Amino acid sequence: MIHSSAQSKKIRRQLPATIAIGAGIASFLVVAAILAPFVAPYDALKMAAGPRLSAPSGNHLFGTDDFGRDLFSRVLIGARLSLGIGIVAVISGLVAGGLLGLFAAFGGRHVEAVLLRLIDVLYSFPDTLVALILVAFLGPGIENATVAITISLIPFYARVTYGLAVRERAKPYVEAARLAGIRSARLVRVHIMPNIGHSLISMATLGFSSAILSAAGLSFLGLGVQPPSPEWGAILASGRNYITKAPWILIFPGLAIFVTVLSFNLIGDGLRDLFDHRRKTP
Amino acid sequence: MASSSYIEVRDLSVDFSGENGAPKAVDGVSFDLARGEILALVGESGSGKTVTSLSLMKLLPEAARWTGHISIDGVDIATKDRRSMEDIRGSKVGMIFQEPATSLNPVLTIARQMTEGLRRHKLLSATKAAAMARAALLDVGIADPDRIMAQFPHQLSGGIRQLVLIAAAIALQPDVLLADEPTTALDVTVQAQVLDLLVNLKSRMGVGILLVTHDIGVVAETADRVAVMRDGRILETGFVEDVLTAPQHDYTKALLASHLTLQQALAVRSAGNSRFPR
Amino acid sequence: MTPVPVLSASSITKVFQAGGKQLTALRGISIAPLAGETFGIIGESGSGKSTFGRIAVGLEMPSSGELYIEGERVDDLPASLRRKKFLRCQMIFQDPYSSLNPRLTIGKQIGEAIYAQGVLDWRQIRGDVGELLEKVGLRRDSADRYPHEFSGGQRQRIAIARALAPSPRIVVADEPVSSLDVSIQAQILDLLASVQNEHLLCYILISHDMSVIARLCDRVAVMHRGRIVELGPTSSVIGTPQHPYTRNLLDAVPRLGRRRSGHGPTTAALPTHGDDDNLIEISSGHFVLQSTAM
Repeated sequence: MIHSSAQSKKIRRQLPATIAIGAGIASFLVVAAILAPFVAPYDALKMAAGPRLSAPSGNHLFGTDDFGRDLFSRVLIGARLSLGIGIVAVISGLVAGGLLGLFAAFGGRHVEAVLLRLIDVLYSFPDTLVALILVAFLGPGIENATVAITISLIPFYARVTYGLAVRERAKPYVEAARLAGIRSARLVRVHIMPNIGHSLISMATLGFSSAILSAAGLSFLGLGVQPPSPEWGAILASGRNYITKAPWILIFPGLAIFVTVLSFNLIGDGLRDLFDHRRKTP
Repeated sequence: MASSSYIEVRDLSVDFSGENGAPKAVDGVSFDLARGEILALVGESGSGKTVTSLSLMKLLPEAARWTGHISIDGVDIATKDRRSMEDIRGSKVGMIFQEPATSLNPVLTIARQMTEGLRRHKLLSATKAAAMARAALLDVGIADPDRIMAQFPHQLSGGIRQLVLIAAAIALQPDVLLADEPTTALDVTVQAQVLDLLVNLKSRMGVGILLVTHDIGVVAETADRVAVMRDGRILETGFVEDVLTAPQHDYTKALLASHLTLQQALAVRSAGNSRFPR
Repeated sequence: MTPVPVLSASSITKVFQAGGKQLTALRGISIAPLAGETFGIIGESGSGKSTFGRIAVGLEMPSSGELYIEGERVDDLPASLRRKKFLRCQMIFQDPYSSLNPRLTIGKQIGEAIYAQGVLDWRQIRGDVGELLEKVGLRRDSADRYPHEFSGGQRQRIAIARALAPSPRIVVADEPVSSLDVSIQAQILDLLASVQNEHLLCYILISHDMSVIARLCDRVAVMHRGRIVELGPTSSVIGTPQHPYTRNLLDAVPRLGRRRSGHGPTTAALPTHGDDDNLIEISSGHFVLQSTAM
């Protein structure tokens, strides 16, 4: 079926609403995070910036916490921490896990057997648990938490990359390249990677959500970002005792986490739909 | 002359693009199908033969627009909604498609799929439906229906799957069958079996069959009448023995010429520059 | 000078393990196509013909038996040396849509094969690619276009160009025209014939369609359930089929001038074969699988 360039343009124009909405929200969050130090009305660490435990008002959009710190500023600065951890962990995890998966797919039958077993065993642990255990070894703190989360994501990315690579490997065009004498290294670089790239990107966005949740979870338990840093999970932890008295301390960071995860999931889902749609039109 | 027409199509046109002047998928097609005869729609891909058969059951995609007149058993289907069309499908018109693999649900046994299909069309007890399914499988030549009914689709060969689908199509004793390239995806020995079965169903059950195919050999062996299609139009139609022995339209002649017998194919090879003349 | 077998398969057997079950795809296949010959393999699904094709180019290894390419044994070589020997065998795949990388220009895909031979100058490669494209009936400037810009028939031409790029001695064509419209099939088959004459290639042409085999093949092996049941010159096998399965196969082909009765196609009963059965020569070059099993 001849596929004219006019038809390609038409498909590309039908960008799913999910990507648009998700990307919109995500960009807003990223921009907010970048501009946070300049936009935040108060110093996020300054205590007694306002009355303790006061409800959201004109002065304090999200209210204040038990130290009198402005919650809006804290959530804003916290965005840098949460998103920062997420991005670093995802990119590092994707590269490390991706390489592992590709190596398993193309390293030969023995390498494949060993690595696959290894990946499957590691993958069977919930990634937040892995992060927890690692942080217990490494000690608390934002750097250790980031390392732990990165490592916890590796089995997932390894597995996904392996699956995609193996599926691509079985396709006739890869076999034909093999027959022509193309070696594995070039096969992966020129044939496999470009064809699995999009799927990996959509998987990356989903891993990002997982990373943010792990980061918040670790901070909530006091194992990740240390107080007084306003990582969202840490803010949640600080509001634990004030559920009835000052629920906004929990609501706003919780909402921030929810919106962030939602937006990246929307992007991931939308990307997946888009690439499935592309695949169906030869 | 065939007995009174069961399906009547007059001036059917189907348009996908919605633009004026763009070529239509089907352009002014008219034909009749009576019970007890096999009418073949033959043409290459893009000729509009599949779109024509889908139009009869109003199975075209949303984007399609059609005009013309289609009546089934005297009833104009233009005004029929999806529910009524579903009633007609199954009890009056059975359908068989090209790919047996995609028409069967992989997670249900054959027995479940057939009985559920039957009960959707007619009020039947589970036992009655199973008995009808069993009888239909015997009708298509499956000697051990109970064993087949207990299996899942992936456990059966392509040929058996297609026989199962034909059984499902005839189980409610429809008046006509729409068969769209029913043998194209099958091995040639199985193809012979299935084509022979269609002829058998025609004579034994009196069912009328609209057979869509690209293979003129299939037309010659099984059909009573033929309509040759190209670019959405019927170029020539008539009884098979007339059209195939004395074709009028150049395209029909070209179609016939491109169908080589094995001996002719061998001759082509010998005429070429072969180092191994044998 | 007696023609030399460019590929020699001796008692090739292939067993697949799937889950806990074993599937024997090939049982003792022995053929010896000659240089410049078109050797056909015909069979239906489950015959093992595609599996044999893949073994002939090195995409699968036999479970037992011996495979020789230009007189050298290849099945007992380690993987690194094997790849080099098998370069002389290329394949044309059935599906023109999945046999080309959607993200690379066709010039790159054809050129890659030349690059892998050690030709590193991409300008020269471009020249060679242009020649190959013209040879298969496409324009030189097609090299910069992507697969999705071509029709199915054109893609098969590209696949042929790619198979020719490493200057092979053997080309295995696995159902090369089955996915194409009938009107295009003849063009591609003619192209294959013309290319072969120029390069003295040996084709192993695998098909389920007897008319394709008849049109191109000098000899044909009829496969059924992993065995060769008949082997011989194409005209002889088609003209005087000996094995009941061959007869059924030929009889089943739809043709003009015959009507289906509706009482079941007349098929001959098939004999059962054991692993000890051998091919018996019944006339010059024409063999049939004997049936010793009771």
